[in-house]
Amino acid sequence: MNCTEIRSRLHAYLDQELDLPGAVAIDQHLAACPGCKALFAAQTALRSGIRKHAEYHAAPAGLADRIRSKLGTGAADVPARRGWRWPQFGQWLPAGAAAAAAAVISWTAAVQYAGVSADQMLAEQVIAGHARAVLTSRLVEVASSDQHTVKPWLSSKLDYSPPVPELSGAGFPLAGGRLDYLDNRPVAALVYRYRQHVINLFVWPETKSGRVPPQALAKHGYNVLRWSDSGMTFWAISDVNAAELKTFADAYASAR
Amino acid sequence: MAQSRVQSRVFAGLSAPGVEASALDERSKARRFEQLFAAHLDAAYNFARWLARDESNAKDVVQEACLRAFKSLDGFHGDNGRAWLLAIVRNTYYTWFRRNKAEGQSVPFDEDSMAADGHDLADPESAIGSIDRVLQQRDAQRLVNAALAQLPEEFREVVVLRELEDLSYKEIAAIARIPLGTVMSRLARARKLLLQYLQHAQQES
Repeated sequence: MNCTEIRSRLHAYLDQELDLPGAVAIDQHLAACPGCKALFAAQTALRSGIRKHAEYHAAPAGLADRIRSKLGTGAADVPARRGWRWPQFGQWLPAGAAAAAAAVISWTAAVQYAGVSADQMLAEQVIAGHARAVLTSRLVEVASSDQHTVKPWLSSKLDYSPPVPELSGAGFPLAGGRLDYLDNRPVAALVYRYRQHVINLFVWPETKSGRVPPQALAKHGYNVLRWSDSGMTFWAISDVNAAELKTFADAYASAR
Repeated sequence: MAQSRVQSRVFAGLSAPGVEASALDERSKARRFEQLFAAHLDAAYNFARWLARDESNAKDVVQEACLRAFKSLDGFHGDNGRAWLLAIVRNTYYTWFRRNKAEGQSVPFDEDSMAADGHDLADPESAIGSIDRVLQQRDAQRLVNAALAQLPEEFREVVVLRELEDLSYKEIAAIARIPLGTVMSRLARARKLLLQYLQHAQQES
């Protein structure tokens, strides 16, 4: 193939859209032709420049809820913190039970179990948030190992300022942060790394100011650790083992 | 809220079987939509935001697109929810904003004759030199975003789908409703324009 033919396929080559023989032919040509090679290098540089610098506009906080409320799907699928198990409870009621009785029972039960169920619900949300972020490679909106970059970015988008300590000394370098939506509010998601693993730490203020020691939970192959301190609640989640996650939580708590 | 849901569940249980079935259908539809929606809302917004180049319009486009998607969910049986939703976003954007635009906004050139890109970049070495210099500049981020925003929308959309969403030519062709060959020629043209914009920005600074 001559240069004109090669160059007409260079973008398909760059985008890995050529079959193997086609790609090999380009490989061979590029090895021998400085002009085409330079052109390909320019395209490669442009691509990495775009991927590195072009802004990925994540959906603004509140848009999802605005759409859900328009659709009327909000209540069924993003249950409010309280009462998420009541539809199930309702199923167990004999068909003859009066709706009024159901309401009374569910109210009583809601008071009794609200704490447990809300936590379980939140744990599911935390796991989903972590899994979604890792799966969609939308892990960080502000990618930086510098706490002085990540913290102001988060503060500017939230009505509170989460602690963002530097933990690389403890083996947990900061990778960045993003916004997530948990517990019916936008929250800060800090992303730390541990070897090849990702640790997501969700942080948001809560009304109770007491200290709640770390509680561990393992679910769907993830380890989750939650604790509260000085009016903030923290949920750490990762696929690292429970002991490593505890080490992380300790390092974070003592550094903040 | 919890109370009313319990009641509606109980009422559903007490009503005729047909009514219960349709309520179940509604719920499973809502659940199915929610999965798609939660997974691809960011992609939908990012695409709309780059098309509209404006936050408020992008939000409106995404909202309208999601309402349309929800309505046509029964007709969607594929496994590529992201491409499906992005196609609806694009369609919504063009029907909303195109009709307000004057004719002749589309870019005047013969796409197919441009398939052999690079051909007319007389000096590839200077192109690579300048793109490297641009990307090393302190405001590289601003320059890249400005160059991308400056692209005519036919080209902007294929670059966003290819580089930011990492979609294949086949997926892009389906979303933009153009043949595969046109995806390639538009990408080639788009990248050539981007190199020119960046080269120009570099000369100016």
